[in-house]
Amino acid sequence: MANLSVNIHKLKLKNPVMTASGTFGYGEEFDDFIDVNALGGFIVKATTLLHREGNPYPRMAETPMGMLNAVGLQNKGIDYFVDTIYPKFAKYSNCIVANVSDSTVEGYVEVASKMNALPNISAIELNISCPNVKEGGMAFGTSCPSAIAVTKAVREVYDKTLIVKLSPNVTSITEIALAVEEAGADAVSLINTLLGMAIDAEKRKPVLSTVTGGLSGPAIKPVALRMVWQVARAVKIPVIGIGGISTAADAIEFLLAGASAIQVGTANFVDPAATIHILKGINEYMERHKINDINELIGGLIL
Amino acid sequence: MKKHLLDFELISNQSLNHNHNLLGLRCTSALPAITPGQFVEVRVDGSPSTYLRRPFSVHRVDYNSNTMHLLIKSIGEGTSRLASLLPGQLVNIILPLGQGFPLDENKNVLLVGGGCGVAPLWFLASELKKRNNNITMLIGGRTNRDVLMPDAYTQFGNVLVSTEDGSLGERGMVTGHSFFKDQVSGINTVYCCGPDGMMKAVSHIAEKFRIPCYVSLENTMACGMGACLCCIVDTKQGHRCVCTDGPVFNSLELKGWSAEIEVGCSIDQ
Repeated sequence: MANLSVNIHKLKLKNPVMTASGTFGYGEEFDDFIDVNALGGFIVKATTLLHREGNPYPRMAETPMGMLNAVGLQNKGIDYFVDTIYPKFAKYSNCIVANVSDSTVEGYVEVASKMNALPNISAIELNISCPNVKEGGMAFGTSCPSAIAVTKAVREVYDKTLIVKLSPNVTSITEIALAVEEAGADAVSLINTLLGMAIDAEKRKPVLSTVTGGLSGPAIKPVALRMVWQVARAVKIPVIGIGGISTAADAIEFLLAGASAIQVGTANFVDPAATIHILKGINEYMERHKINDINELIGGLIL
Repeated sequence: MKKHLLDFELISNQSLNHNHNLLGLRCTSALPAITPGQFVEVRVDGSPSTYLRRPFSVHRVDYNSNTMHLLIKSIGEGTSRLASLLPGQLVNIILPLGQGFPLDENKNVLLVGGGCGVAPLWFLASELKKRNNNITMLIGGRTNRDVLMPDAYTQFGNVLVSTEDGSLGERGMVTGHSFFKDQVSGINTVYCCGPDGMMKAVSHIAEKFRIPCYVSLENTMACGMGACLCCIVDTKQGHRCVCTDGPVFNSLELKGWSAEIEVGCSIDQ
């Protein structure tokens, strides 16, 4: 059997298939459908310092081959996560990555340092790219100085693998990627959602309570693929590809573009077993192309 | 309850009026246990503009024939596509989802349905009848053609109808029906499904008479299983997912649903 294992800094994934934050709950929502342990790892939904109710309803608008969301980081805060959610992870043996967000640098630091103390959390993904909160989130990820400031501050308190999740809503995602690499990131993951909007013409009103929201799903795949390719050529640290991946072919494309691993997001909503189908398809591709080690595919685009 | 991802074969597709269809679906493996008020997420194949599944409450269940029925209203491309399915076609469904209605025993119960809100009430009524309840069913619609299959429910109990134009049953809003003036005080539990405005108005009356009222909400969903947090409703305990904490809620749990003053309502859609 071919080798599927990949490394993201100190993180050893048994295969490159992970799930994107906010699309996979805390893993247990999918236990009925798949063996969650079969995945390389999963990224649990964002945790902030304090409890957040998130944005008002409506939070979702379906769009051609995708959807807009405006959830707004609803979660019960880091202390609840540590006390109530974290113990449930004992049943999983794969890599669990915590997505960390907040409105202030101090908030990010406090959440990250508490995550650092949890042995079963093997990495954090710094969310500086959520488009659905008024303060923090994307505001940190759209300028180099603020991206550097939050990455540096978290780096000081976090000594396991630090992944920074990048926003596509910038002029040059490569510049931000290079900035966070310089600031101490061990890997970057991209892309978070693209800022978008939906209007109900009959009512002359926005569909989302927040007017704008984050676009995800197959609709954004070509944009994500292009950004992963650009960033992977620019940085030395591993890149994790995210954006509309719903088939094994999509996943392979991201690996060829330079991603060392991928995250399946919105596809989990349509097919809760999507990750397992993708994993099976990657195996089939490797057999068909007689590839023994998946690492041969990473950045293997022929130009 | 364990959730399943299963293929069903369409065995019947009955048009009920201009935009409602009753789909009969036979499970290709054993039909999982379902409780009234729970829902399913149906994948829509062959409709490129439909990316997400569509949620429907379960209309009828028959374990002997391994079938269930879904009552669907065509409101867009996804639902129209489902309404055009032909017998023999396979449909991929996630089920059962959410929390159903609490089931009374040996009580006087009132079931109120507006428009396609009658969808979960068939299954509910059949289970309530098995538990020896005395059932009154009140169905409302804008016109007679919006009142779906009223005669079919008489097997469960007394069926009352109101239409806004008076073309069937009493004229007016469902909450204006004379049952609410004369007989509602004898009811132990109200079960309600329909447009939010109608459900709010029914829950206000129930609250006035101190009758527990269970409502089935229908918020826009992406996943249907508590992963995306899109379908939230504001409750007295904060945001809750309609898909996993509901879709059935006691109306008193919902923020802004408690009534100081009685309000009118319209059964639109």
